[in-house]
Amino acid sequence: MPAVTETIDTVQSVTEGTYKWGFETEIEMEFAPKGLNEDIVRFISKKKNEPQWLLDWRLKAFAIWQKMEEPRWPAVTYPPIDYQDAYYYAAPANKVKPKSLDEVDPELLRTYAKLGIPLKEQAILAGVEGAGDVPAEGGRMPIAVDAVFDSVSVATSYKERLGKEGIIFCAISEAVEKYPDLVRQYLGTVVPQGDNFYAALNSAVFTDGSFVYIPKGVRCPMELSTYFRINAKSTGQFERTLIIADEGSTVSYLEGCTAPMRDENQLHAAVVELVALDDARIKYSTVQNWYPGDAEGKGGIYNFVTKRAQCRGKRSKVSWTQVETGSAITWKYPSCVLLGDDSVGEFYSVAITNNRQQADTGTKMIHVGKRTTSTIVSKGISAGRGQNTYRGLVRVAPTASNARNFTQCDSLLIGDQCGAHTVPYIENRCMTAKTEHEATTSRIAEDQLFYCRQRGLSEEDAVGLIVNGFCREVLKELPMEFAVEAQKLLQISLEGSVG
Amino acid sequence: MLKIEGLTAEVEGKQILKGIDLEVPVGEVHAIMGPNGSGKSTLSYVLSGREGYEITGGSVTFAGQDLLALEPEERAASGLFLAFQYPVELPGVGNALFLRTALNAVRKARGEPELDAMQFLKVARERLKALQIGEDMLKRGVNVGFSGGEKKRNEVLQMALLQPKLAILDETDSGLDIDALKIVSDGVNALRGPGFSALVITHYQRLLDYIVPDRVHVLMGGRIVQSGGPELAKQLEAEGYASVQAAA
Ligand SMILES: Nc1ncnc2c1ncn2[C@@H]1O[C@H](COP(=O)(O)OP(=O)(O)O)[C@@H](O)[C@H]1O
Ligand SMILES: [Mg+2]
Repeated sequence: MPAVTETIDTVQSVTEGTYKWGFETEIEMEFAPKGLNEDIVRFISKKKNEPQWLLDWRLKAFAIWQKMEEPRWPAVTYPPIDYQDAYYYAAPANKVKPKSLDEVDPELLRTYAKLGIPLKEQAILAGVEGAGDVPAEGGRMPIAVDAVFDSVSVATSYKERLGKEGIIFCAISEAVEKYPDLVRQYLGTVVPQGDNFYAALNSAVFTDGSFVYIPKGVRCPMELSTYFRINAKSTGQFERTLIIADEGSTVSYLEGCTAPMRDENQLHAAVVELVALDDARIKYSTVQNWYPGDAEGKGGIYNFVTKRAQCRGKRSKVSWTQVETGSAITWKYPSCVLLGDDSVGEFYSVAITNNRQQADTGTKMIHVGKRTTSTIVSKGISAGRGQNTYRGLVRVAPTASNARNFTQCDSLLIGDQCGAHTVPYIENRCMTAKTEHEATTSRIAEDQLFYCRQRGLSEEDAVGLIVNGFCREVLKELPMEFAVEAQKLLQISLEGSVG
Repeated sequence: MLKIEGLTAEVEGKQILKGIDLEVPVGEVHAIMGPNGSGKSTLSYVLSGREGYEITGGSVTFAGQDLLALEPEERAASGLFLAFQYPVELPGVGNALFLRTALNAVRKARGEPELDAMQFLKVARERLKALQIGEDMLKRGVNVGFSGGEKKRNEVLQMALLQPKLAILDETDSGLDIDALKIVSDGVNALRGPGFSALVITHYQRLLDYIVPDRVHVLMGGRIVQSGGPELAKQLEAEGYASVQAAA
């Protein structure tokens, strides 16, 4: 048998991962009736005690959505989604904020424990009053967590400590109540209601998500983190996140996601809006590990997400880093609109597709301000029958004199039944702007695997090492703790070496 | 240490090894010489378990085990090391991480405790010094952008760290200048002792002036056609392989 064929067979046999995070929590849920209509939108808004302006905003979004068509241009295929056959609101029934750990549903705490959320104190996570004052262990930088359990943000930690700096970090529904002016000023200004089909849907029915405001000149003293998790059957998750970094402020935000194993597909359509004013910096890191479906392609999350940042201020900077290992289908283009002169946009991405996973992901960099610069580094890894598409747009407006973009897209193929595609669009309308694009496609070579194994590494460890090497430029952008987690995840999602 | 009997193997349906008999006792260093295409690298790959090299007959015992029944990583763990004729590049994989992962994999298999980054660095520094390799080589991607000589020295560095029972050096001398050749030879000679055997594959007698072998074997057309002491290498150098062929 030729060496190459045999290697492919062997690699295939080790690439069928099983999902480590597939468990389900049995706690009492409160559902809205199935289906989507104006009444459901009103129901959600009422449940959340929202002001009239927000209800009107949602209804407008719903009206727009009804006239829109699902996009068909991404290089992904899936059976038609019946939007009337899903629940649009699911919340743990016990919604009164707990006063102590005893009052927290133990099932919920177990879920967090299983999720491995980087939290030492369960009390903090569960939002027990005063628990956020516990000092961080071992002098490490603490992480503030806002956990979204299905649709309701259950707990927000470290709130008080952040409050001392004037930082607001809470559930968006809480922000609507407490800081309505801020929310109203910024909501939908980066991703308008009618931006696209899924953004419109999200605008109509979003149930929770995080809100962050960093005041002028404040450097956020800790990483802010949200762990998303889809639990209830047939619920879509529509969280909406809004981050505003005022002049001269800095924030690093982490987003991690898991979901239980299920046979049917679940829809996840989130919207994330970032606003950076003069000299502000936002670093947004995602490790996405939604359930990808089984080896035959049954089940898994449909991840249709709109993420966009506006660098409104001069010299502002937004950096997106994503490690996408999960979901049956990923449709996601974290983007930067570079309005302020000398503003900077960055996109670092690792996307893995294994078995029957499909990913159509990339970024948009829209240069408007003078001397704006953007960097795109995309690493796509396909194994099994996975299909991986990088889709990117670099648009330079005539106003963006001396703008610069550098794009690098690398694809790694494992086996011969997967696919990698690169679709870069460049629209440069400015004579003095420069754009550069580099692309490579490679395979894990048999000689690389053999070299590692001759040195004592197992085949799985060899694949892990080579893949991590391939992704190094992206992984080094992640905050330290997240990077370690991401490396493990890459290996697990490729190898099936669970636990 | 190593005992090969009647070993035959084919690549892509073509028979390359046509019956090899060879024994390397514990503590001995044997040289294998032979013209290009005679099957030297094939032998090294068959011994280390590379896929695509199909064994059609014969047996190999290594340290009392049936070598051919083991996976490549198990062979490495039980003390077999191959210095590649063409070391492979691993882009983005730091050399230090690679060496430490390899060392720990082997240590784990031997039941020894794994080394953390600091402990590893200490051990690695000593070896680097002995081999006159700059420390910056640890920071670079495995073999990426290394010169031919650097790649070969990196192989010897790995050998020095892993401390194998049997090292197969496949033309480790080719492409080395005389200084590098001395350094590499010193690296091998430092390991020589009762617990170490080596199979040194080379084209040139030159290397054997520095690593003096106990035995020299001539491999031609997939068979060992002649064996002898170090003087055989000198004879080959003077008279060429044609003389052996005529004799065989
Ligand atoms: N992967 C391979 N596919 C086909 N033929 C091979 C392969 N590897 C080696 N060979 C053939 O086997 C023979 C021996 O090669 P090799 O072992 O590399 O010789 P040496 O190392 O002595 O120069 C040569 O004829 C070569 O063409
Ligand atoms: Mg050779």
